Amino acid sequence: MLIKCPWCGERDAGEFSYGGDASRPRPAEDAAEADWLAYVYDRDNPRGPHQEFWQHSHGCRQWLRLRRDTLSHEVLASGPAGEPLGDGE
Amino acid sequence: MSRLAQGGLIDRERPLSFAFDGRRYQGFAGDTLASALLANGVGLVARSFKYHRPRGIVSAGAEEPNALVTLHGGARTDPNARATMVEVHDGLVAASQNRWPGLAFDLGQVNDWLSPFLSPGFYYKTFMAPGRGWRFYEGIIRRAAGMGRASRLPDPDRYEARNLHCDVLVVGGGPAGLTAALAAGREGRRVLLLDENPRFGGWLWKEEREIDGQPALDWLAAAEAELAAMAEVRLLPRTTAFGYYDHNLVAAVERVTEHLESPGDGLPRQRLWRIRAGRVVLATGATEQILTFADNDRPGVMLAGAVRAYLHAYGVLPGRRAVIATNNDSAYRTALALHRAGAEVAAVLDSRSDSAAPEVATVRDLGLPIHFGATIRRALGGKTLQGVDSDAGRFDCDLLCLSGGWAPAVDLYVQSGGRLRHDEGLGCLVPDRAKQACVSVGSAAGSFALADCLAAGNDSAGGYVVPPEGIGVEPRAPTPGPGKRFLDPQTDTTLADVGQAMDEGYRSVEHLKRYTTLGMGVDQGRIGQIPARLAVAEARGQPLAAMAATAHRPPAVPIALGSLAGREIGAHYRPLRRTPMDGWHAARGVSWQDAGLWRRPQFYPVGDENIDQASAREVAATRGGVGLCDVSPLGKIDIQGPDTAEFLNRVYVNGWKGLAVGRARYGLMLRDDGLVFDDGTTSRLAEHHYLMTTTTANAHAVLAMLEYHLQVIWPDLRVLVADVTDQWAAMSIAGPRARELLAGLVDIDIGNQAFPFMAVAECRIAGVAGRLFRISFSGELAYEVAVPADYGQAVWQAIVDAGGPHDLVTYGTESLGTMRIEKGHAAGPELNGTTTPADLSMARLVSGKKPFIGHRLLGREGLGDGARPALVGLLPVDGKTWIKAGAQLLTEAEAKPPVHTLGHVTSIAFSPELDTPIALALLSDGAERRDQIVYAHFPLHNEVVAARVTSAHFIDPDGERMRG
Ligand SMILES: [Zn+2]
Repeated sequence: MLIKCPWCGERDAGEFSYGGDASRPRPAEDAAEADWLAYVYDRDNPRGPHQEFWQHSHGCRQWLRLRRDTLSHEVLASGPAGEPLGDGE
Repeated sequence: MSRLAQGGLIDRERPLSFAFDGRRYQGFAGDTLASALLANGVGLVARSFKYHRPRGIVSAGAEEPNALVTLHGGARTDPNARATMVEVHDGLVAASQNRWPGLAFDLGQVNDWLSPFLSPGFYYKTFMAPGRGWRFYEGIIRRAAGMGRASRLPDPDRYEARNLHCDVLVVGGGPAGLTAALAAGREGRRVLLLDENPRFGGWLWKEEREIDGQPALDWLAAAEAELAAMAEVRLLPRTTAFGYYDHNLVAAVERVTEHLESPGDGLPRQRLWRIRAGRVVLATGATEQILTFADNDRPGVMLAGAVRAYLHAYGVLPGRRAVIATNNDSAYRTALALHRAGAEVAAVLDSRSDSAAPEVATVRDLGLPIHFGATIRRALGGKTLQGVDSDAGRFDCDLLCLSGGWAPAVDLYVQSGGRLRHDEGLGCLVPDRAKQACVSVGSAAGSFALADCLAAGNDSAGGYVVPPEGIGVEPRAPTPGPGKRFLDPQTDTTLADVGQAMDEGYRSVEHLKRYTTLGMGVDQGRIGQIPARLAVAEARGQPLAAMAATAHRPPAVPIALGSLAGREIGAHYRPLRRTPMDGWHAARGVSWQDAGLWRRPQFYPVGDENIDQASAREVAATRGGVGLCDVSPLGKIDIQGPDTAEFLNRVYVNGWKGLAVGRARYGLMLRDDGLVFDDGTTSRLAEHHYLMTTTTANAHAVLAMLEYHLQVIWPDLRVLVADVTDQWAAMSIAGPRARELLAGLVDIDIGNQAFPFMAVAECRIAGVAGRLFRISFSGELAYEVAVPADYGQAVWQAIVDAGGPHDLVTYGTESLGTMRIEKGHAAGPELNGTTTPADLSMARLVSGKKPFIGHRLLGREGLGDGARPALVGLLPVDGKTWIKAGAQLLTEAEAKPPVHTLGHVTSIAFSPELDTPIALALLSDGAERRDQIVYAHFPLHNEVVAARVTSAHFIDPDGERMRG
């Protein structure tokens, strides 16, 4: 699999570490317990496009946000983890 | 002997000697094991998988189902090698498989006569049904069935791996692949052309062809010369692409030395290529198909194209009197080639009504007997072929050449995610819509005509595929009847098996495949693909076009596991991290312990001490005097920036705003779910400069977590983090005499007033600029020295030298662990992802005044339950029996599972100071059970130990020693 790092370009997936589901916004510190429980435990397992965090661990060490097709492994969009994803480039 | 007096591409000047089943034979350089065996008249080469039927060589290529042999012997034993792909070298030793006592007389053949009982699912129905004793039968069945056996000895060969990037990868060096490589090479692209055979050219070697009015081999020589002269083109013969993965990653294995008599030093047996290609051209060719009739597996039954190959490339005539059975025009070339080589063509049985193809006309003009509309009913004979029975009568023959059409080799294409479609005119599955940047060309795309292959290769860079031109094939579904009609000879799957599986309801092709084992052998049933599809479609009453194709997965061909392991075996399996003082430890004959990738001294034996004796001595000497320990592997993260205090305040459960410059503090961090993640000390080195330590195991995870929060959650915080673990050599000096030893080595006042517990300072240690921390893991008066890694060994040596008068000992991880257990410090076994601060008696550390990572869920109901397992100490009641780590805790001495346990033992040690084994445990209602007796059950060893519940702080519970 190739992953496009916004800073380094397309690199082999072996350079990256998976960082979990990025589709759920992190609740505010004082949000309801139910929101936090959902954030920590509830996961969809979609077949198709999915937002994920990855870190370029063996590269620039930046966290990225990907939209990746879990079926085809196609990386549909990537960007800095701290920003929302565009529709993809 | 069946070797022709002339012809073929073998080197008749270089005769070779090889052995098959203990007999010596002669061959020539350029022979495959199959061609050499045929040249020697060896027709019976194998026994079949299930029925032990006699089998001969069927093909001349990678698709060979029958001629599987075991090569070499001893540790180099290589089972299931295809004789058609093995290049003969002088001294080669090969043996047939799956027979006992011998090929000609095989007791296993009784299975053939018992075959009515060996139908699909037989094993499951007969032996695996409840009460049928599968365990008893399994050994016998596994011995009777199966393929070759691998050696149990370590593989003595070397393997290696290489990565390669190219613009165009061409898989297959036949006419289409060569043309594609030429076209891409002429455009200056980086091209890799690989072919599984020793020579490029594909079918050009195997029959007499012309290109542009010249002999095809002249064209081939010119093409190869032009490619070889291109700087950006790399040619890899003997290289099989076996896997096509995401994003145009193709894996191939190159057989580097297997064809050589003496491989030479330093060369690997095989080389794995990981190829990332901009574009892949699949020129993988096509596989000729068998026809299905009774006993279609007899030795002497061969693919028509293979017969041409043996004649033309190896000068071998596999039979004297041949019958040709076909449903297309291509087999007429075989009739022609046999006739020219002096063999008798007894009949051409063509199931079609007629054909206007020029090959057919040529054969007819020669007066060879052609029978249109004639199908074959049965092959006659046993270990050798005697004749055939057909609609057109009976013919005696010793060679039967079959052509049931051609199936494009689409394994890699399907692996890449490409879709197939059934082409009615070609009678086979052809590539339809590629998913990745790849294109199929030549006969791999159904373009069976040579001119089309050349044109397609030429246009491959543009992705243009010539519309395939047929060979006039008219496939027909095989008809059931008496006698075994094999669809897949390798797995002994017959037409009747498919019918029976259908009757039992296995209708989906994927289910049918697994139930009957159709196509599940190492050859994946390649030569029976079309007949099998026809049979299944017929049985389902469905048109071929509507039938799904079965999936293809890597590896497309069997590969040696060694080629995947490469050089990453033994000590090279993973990198080894050594501390800066590794050399010193190694010179002392230390006993090592693996800690992640690190190797750490476990203990420093004196004389013939064992681990318990050495550790007891080290601990006693440290607690009674002074000890030195290498703690470099602890994670060290440098944190700088004006918002660092705020950052730490959010990361740790305890407060960090009040930490002064020159002081350290213990910190505990949670995960978002409220459970403990990691702990360590963090020191404030300067106004905006901190140093965090983590446990060795979590060093990477903590750094990644900090980076995540800084980059994603709190990008407004002006903080930077960097891993500095490898930059520093760290050593702990612990024990009541630590101060008097260290005082002589540092240039600052380390008295208790000037440098109290948790003080931090920069200073010179043995003349080297470094850092000094007054922190203690052992519970003793202790200091941690950190110097730049390159000075580690020198400073360590200086401390050891200065330690002589103080009776300094060095101690390893075993003693480190013992002392932390004596002190009740939680470590890896307790920080196990299920514990809260309260479980570990650290609830008072948790700040109520600020949010921190995990604080929201730490408060949830389940984590506040007072009955949760909490950290306690255990002492064996008898004062001497070890309690096993992992033992389950119950209040009863006797218990019959299933029982609900109260917790488990996490860590164990022997305490020299208390002179008893001790243990840490997570025990439900731990605090309530103080001084009660619990029983530690270890059913694996049938052990029960009575233990008294105590405080986890076995020694100096108030921490007076480390503050003194
Ligand atoms: Zn990067």
